[in-house]
Amino acid sequence: MADAKWPKAGDRSLIGKRISRLDGPEKVTGSAQYAYDVNLPGLLYAKLVTSAHAKGKIIAIDLSDAESSSGVKAVWKDEGMVGGEIRYVGQVLGAVAAETEEQATEAALKVNVDYEVQQPQVVDSDSQFATGRESKRESGDIEAGLKEADVVAEGKYGLPVITHCCLEPHGQTAEVRDGELYIWPSTQNVSRYADGMDDAVGIPRSKTHVDCQYMGGGFGSKFGSDKWGTLCSQLAKETGRPVKLLLDRNIELMIAGNRPSAYGEFKVGIKNDGTITAFQANVWGTGGVGGYGMRWLPYIYEKIPHTLVTTRGIRTNRGGQRAWRAPAHPQCALLTMSALEDAAAKIKMDALEFFRHNIQLTDKPDVYLEELEIAADLIGYKEKSHLRGEGTPGSVKRGLGISLHRWGGLGHPSECDLSINPDGSVTAEIGTQDLGTGARTVIAIVVGETLGLPIEAITVRIGRNSYPASGASGGSTTVGGTSTASRLASTSALNELLKIVAPHLGVSADALEAKQGVIREINQPTNAIQWTDACSLLGTNTLVKRGVNDRNESRAKGFIDSNVGGVQIADVSVDTETGIVTMNQMVAVQDCGLIIDMKTAESQVFGALIMGITSALYEEALYDAETGVMLNADMEFYRLAGIKDIGNLKVHMMTGKKYEDRGVIGLGEPPVISPAAAISNAVANACGVRVPYLPLTPDRVLDALEKGGIA
Amino acid sequence: MKSFEYSAPNTIEEAIESLGNRWGETEIMAGGTDLVTSLKQRITAPQRVVSLKNISTLREIHESSDLIQIGAMTTLADLSNHSTIQKHFPSLVEAARSISSPQILNAGTLGGDLCQRPRCWYFRNGYGLLAQNGGKSLIPAGDNRYHAIFGNDGPAYFVSASSLGPPLIALGASVSVVGADGKSRQIALDDFFRIPKSESERETSLKPNEILTAIHIPLSGLNNSVYEIRHRHGLDWPYATAAVAFKLSGSKASDVRIVLGHVAPTPWLASKAGKSLEGAEVTMSSAAHCAQSATQGAKTLSGNAYKVPMVKTSVKRAILIAAGIQMKG
Ligand SMILES: Cc1cc2nc3c(=O)[nH]c(=O)nc-3n(C[C@H](O)[C@H](O)[C@H](O)COP(=O)(O)OP(=O)(O)OC[C@H]3O[C@@H](n4cnc5c(N)ncnc54)[C@H](O)[C@@H]3O)c2cc1C
Repeated sequence: MADAKWPKAGDRSLIGKRISRLDGPEKVTGSAQYAYDVNLPGLLYAKLVTSAHAKGKIIAIDLSDAESSSGVKAVWKDEGMVGGEIRYVGQVLGAVAAETEEQATEAALKVNVDYEVQQPQVVDSDSQFATGRESKRESGDIEAGLKEADVVAEGKYGLPVITHCCLEPHGQTAEVRDGELYIWPSTQNVSRYADGMDDAVGIPRSKTHVDCQYMGGGFGSKFGSDKWGTLCSQLAKETGRPVKLLLDRNIELMIAGNRPSAYGEFKVGIKNDGTITAFQANVWGTGGVGGYGMRWLPYIYEKIPHTLVTTRGIRTNRGGQRAWRAPAHPQCALLTMSALEDAAAKIKMDALEFFRHNIQLTDKPDVYLEELEIAADLIGYKEKSHLRGEGTPGSVKRGLGISLHRWGGLGHPSECDLSINPDGSVTAEIGTQDLGTGARTVIAIVVGETLGLPIEAITVRIGRNSYPASGASGGSTTVGGTSTASRLASTSALNELLKIVAPHLGVSADALEAKQGVIREINQPTNAIQWTDACSLLGTNTLVKRGVNDRNESRAKGFIDSNVGGVQIADVSVDTETGIVTMNQMVAVQDCGLIIDMKTAESQVFGALIMGITSALYEEALYDAETGVMLNADMEFYRLAGIKDIGNLKVHMMTGKKYEDRGVIGLGEPPVISPAAAISNAVANACGVRVPYLPLTPDRVLDALEKGGIA
Repeated sequence: MKSFEYSAPNTIEEAIESLGNRWGETEIMAGGTDLVTSLKQRITAPQRVVSLKNISTLREIHESSDLIQIGAMTTLADLSNHSTIQKHFPSLVEAARSISSPQILNAGTLGGDLCQRPRCWYFRNGYGLLAQNGGKSLIPAGDNRYHAIFGNDGPAYFVSASSLGPPLIALGASVSVVGADGKSRQIALDDFFRIPKSESERETSLKPNEILTAIHIPLSGLNNSVYEIRHRHGLDWPYATAAVAFKLSGSKASDVRIVLGHVAPTPWLASKAGKSLEGAEVTMSSAAHCAQSATQGAKTLSGNAYKVPMVKTSVKRAILIAAGIQMKG
């Protein structure tokens, strides 16, 4: 009988190898259909009617001009908003469906909205606006801790609101046919996407069919169907025609989620030998009209004996925050790592030595020490490092910066149906989604590994809510959930097949294994039967088995685990005469338990580095204080890094028994946490002065240099 | 965008006839890389768009012994690949190539670069060229990090978006414009750009029914260069640029012209700086001195003071590059 436990290192034929994404060719050639690509006969285009003001009241919404606009088939207004409160620009007030996209846009602009406009509040960098409830956490005795220190370093740091900026905007195409609702959304949550839509649309969940085969990014912002998804389905029902509604880029950037800002004043107490004694933080920021929390302070060095952390949210007239890849971690990493590194610089201690010296204050000293050493080797730390501001002469300064991070990543609950057909074909069905991470590929690898088949032999069906339910892809939970469910399903199907095959090979099922396309006797591999011949013994019956990932049970059995660590080091150059920061190199060392596909795992880290570099150097959602309008709701001034901006990236995944024995752990979030913190530390190391606020644009760098640099 | 009538005439005369005499009624389209964005953003909602793409004469490049004439519809890619231009005008090649997106270089034209509308985010968000809300400019108290430090006495605060304007002005270029009467007039490029005084004006001296047809650059053997301060390497505008051109005899500079980009509502002639280098030997220190004087008269807003050191650096570096002096550090 086959054992479901993950195979040991020498026993793996696919797991851990470098395998290309199965859907790469479709994506590259353009045959992959995204939500926007679904074109059905009679399709209508819908556009949202949104608030032009950030604060105030709606007095009236008049649809008459829109209704008579050419091509218009349906106009809807949110009756609840009449007399209601406006809280941010872009707030949804209604929607219009028309024959062409242009006609829909035109008609949406013709909806006449009468506002009573009030002065908005969008500023978040100033603590005077932080009037939210204060949350206070204390350990030890902060006064005593600061007294115990030889040196107290003080600093201010911060990072702005950024958005998810998914390349594929939010939205869906929908059709109502014979009383059933068909939806093609862009979602991170196929199995539960339609929850909550049934009441509004009036079609039960059992008659709602969700189909999302490809995704252009979600990063935590696409768990629900949202108001616009529901509206799109309602318009489809009302008009009896398929309707497509995807957000325009400017609206996408304003209302489809953002990552809260975080600013703060810090005090770090350290002894002359570098030992940290105290950490005090007063932090504020905004999640727009959404909530606020910065829970992870101090970050990583959690066991600092004396800490006092207060945080307060600022409610601003901006769209609401949503989970953004590793919620609150990148902010807490930037704030903590900056404060700690500034303290090290104050006593003229090398940053690597300092982070190592205090490693017992973390919860995984051995992992971090190992990773720090590898990262330092990869970046050439010994040759390149220097104390803060003590680099080479000339106007261009080079520097290194370090950051550490952690994440959970326990696999989510998931089910999988595995079918073995009499013709030998194999199909896995899971109601999960592939966000571009390689979920589809991972399932094929696990099933192929289990059945001794190449991945081409496995058909993976995902992206539909008719398949066995799986969790949302958030919090790095997908790889653990889907790999375990598909491992359990395929093992149990295989064992069923072995029972049928056993009499033909004259041995008991226990003595058999499936390897290299055959089922054979473990001790006498020549006693074998080809896979297809074995499957033909099923007669006319397809063998179907369900695997279920129960988080606790799977964790106890070593299929999955939680809690990983990573280290990153950035190498930057700063032109002190122009303020331009250039990435030279970035190294990421990451643990994520047992790696299913080395290639997609590394890709995940590369992608995270690029996203992190972008947030360090360029990204910022800028709002006008007077009008509350987002000034850069486009892709010209909402800047993302391009290929020439990212420098040379190196990824090192931790492997070996110690890591692999823990089972599979998710990887989506952890590598995106450290880049900004590492880069900010590298810039400080290079030019001798902390640039307190991200992004590290030339204006901020020049300003910091003028206030106290070495240039 | 609002629907409009589209025409693509074969001659300049026909094109002029199709143009209205009020801004916004009709719009000229060259490569469309800026115009289409403006239409989508509803910066303009014309009844008719007149494309110049079928007027082949507008794509021609003519050379004589002392002049090169470049048709306004010459793409930025063709401009930067032209051998005479490469030989005499490294500043133009550098300015064009730094735009760096192959799509924009292949579709965008020289005329379009000079006539492109400002990127001011208040303008692009519908507050008009002068960024006014209730009769008051939003810029002084607003987010003006990308706005002007020269020529900003108001009411205009935006910066000219053209990267090719400054080097062309430094090289003494002029432009041909054909107007409603069908006649062509020639104006110095420096006079072509202007600072609008009201919302009904635009950023150049073109009238709504006039077409920029060609750019003329004298071949006068000037050393020339630009230095652009850019953060992102592609799909972005510079924070500040400096274009310089001068005659170098031995190591002495004469006929010095220094033009700043992206710091004023027009390309900005730094005449004091030019004078400070006139007749001087080009060295590290004279370049630095000249760069310092290029910042004179700058009037910073609440969020754009950083452009002053950028002007200094870009002027200094541009001079050294033009003179072939290796920079230290
Ligand atoms: C992301 C991005 C980054 C960019 N970065 C830079 C940069 O760094 N530096 C830079 O200089 N540019 C930059 N550009 C702008 C680009 O160079 C211009 O869009 C392009 O040069 C415009 O040329 P076009 O032929 O497409 O003009 P169009 O878009 O067709 O026209 C632009 C404007 O000029 C008018 N016009 C065009 N031709 C004529 C004519 N012959 N006579 C009268 N009016 C005319 C049009 O009516 C319109 O108002 C960038 C553009 C983008 C999208």
